[in-house]
Amino acid sequence: MKPLFTKRPSPNFGLAVCVFASLVLLACEQKALLTPFRELFASAIYPLQQLVNSPVQAARKFGEVFSSQAHLLDENEALRREQMLLKVKLLKFSALEQENLRLRGLLDTSFKLGEQVMIAELLAVNLVPYEQVVVVNKGSRFGAYPGQPVMDANGVVGQVLRVTPYSAEVILITDPNHAIPVQVNRNGLRTIAQGTGQIDKLSLPYLSSNADIQAGDLLVTSGMGGVFPQGYPVATVVADTGQGKVFAKFGAAPLAKLDRNRELLLVWNKPDPIPRVPGQVSTPKGGSADHAAK
Amino acid sequence: MLQSKVATKLVVLASLLVAMVLRILPLPKEWFVYNPDWVLLFLIYWAIAIPERVGVGHAWCAGVSSDVLTGGMLGQHALAYSVVVFVCVKLHTRLRAYPLYQQVLPVFLLLLVNQLLIFWTQNIKGAHSTELIHWSPSLVGALVWPAIFTTLRRVRRHYNIA
Repeated sequence: MKPLFTKRPSPNFGLAVCVFASLVLLACEQKALLTPFRELFASAIYPLQQLVNSPVQAARKFGEVFSSQAHLLDENEALRREQMLLKVKLLKFSALEQENLRLRGLLDTSFKLGEQVMIAELLAVNLVPYEQVVVVNKGSRFGAYPGQPVMDANGVVGQVLRVTPYSAEVILITDPNHAIPVQVNRNGLRTIAQGTGQIDKLSLPYLSSNADIQAGDLLVTSGMGGVFPQGYPVATVVADTGQGKVFAKFGAAPLAKLDRNRELLLVWNKPDPIPRVPGQVSTPKGGSADHAAK
Repeated sequence: MLQSKVATKLVVLASLLVAMVLRILPLPKEWFVYNPDWVLLFLIYWAIAIPERVGVGHAWCAGVSSDVLTGGMLGQHALAYSVVVFVCVKLHTRLRAYPLYQQVLPVFLLLLVNQLLIFWTQNIKGAHSTELIHWSPSLVGALVWPAIFTTLRRVRRHYNIA
């Protein structure tokens, strides 16, 4: 490696150059000019993340190998029961889906059904406190793209922020820089849920004081931004009643288990099949980002 | 001579890699808030110990890597690290003269400067928390400084880096 300053004129000069370079980088970043470079860097960093992740993964594997048979049998039984319940629900669901399509056909409206999903595992890596971004182990080689919605079994988790060939950074819906268009499931009232920086709280800043909303309401994605498909559960409304407030302020609690899930679902909102084998990526369609810069 | 130069570079690079691993260690959420900026702590040590070899340029490169590592804006850490290491290089004779426990205070101040610069650049992007706990990594960093200093000094002497 060649030294940056071969003769090293003086630290003063070095500082001036470095500060200038940093400010240029920051300015470029502000205009989002550096994405290709960042991807390059991030791929270089990936082995380091894997290294940090590996002991955790090894411990997990170890635990799986040595868990007792009785425990496994119990778990198996519970899963079988749950699957049966879900199957029964699904039976009804498919009938409803058909009916819905037929009715929508009568109304001449298009309605997209059939999203595809892929399971991505969380890498045990911490990024920055107070910024809610996590790293998963599926990247552009599996067809992940920036702006892609990410779910778990309970609800919306967030969206893909950046991808590298082997990993992707996912910004959670609770990040202060993230906003998601939602709809009250009960009456269709549309609003926007913003992250607060706390893992268990979303804020609803754009509600008028006479809006028809109450604690316990389910918020689902409204599909307005074009990023999140319509109708996925996001959060439940909670009232935030303090003393001396005439009107109750409303917040929301995310349904997805943001701080304890290990597997996330990447969702494709397009009809053609996603590659099951890495590498055969059909050009991913980039959605417009909901990731609002305030 | 050339051999030792290469060895120095390798040792510094390896130590910085270790620092980066420590930076993204999968600690529980409650502890992670206190995780200090290991990369900068290691850089401060090298800047005080061998200021002719490790300077502002190295700090800048390490800063860009840190930016990528933590998913921040490119240039945040680069800016902060360059400034802090510049101060270290300028004041290395004075800092070296302090006994170890007295170094804790200047190191704390340097870490605070670092966090302040990062906080400031962060604000370009959007709203951020200003809770008091936000500054705790600096305090923790200063408290672990003696351990880092003695460990890295042992490493430095073992590889005969002067």
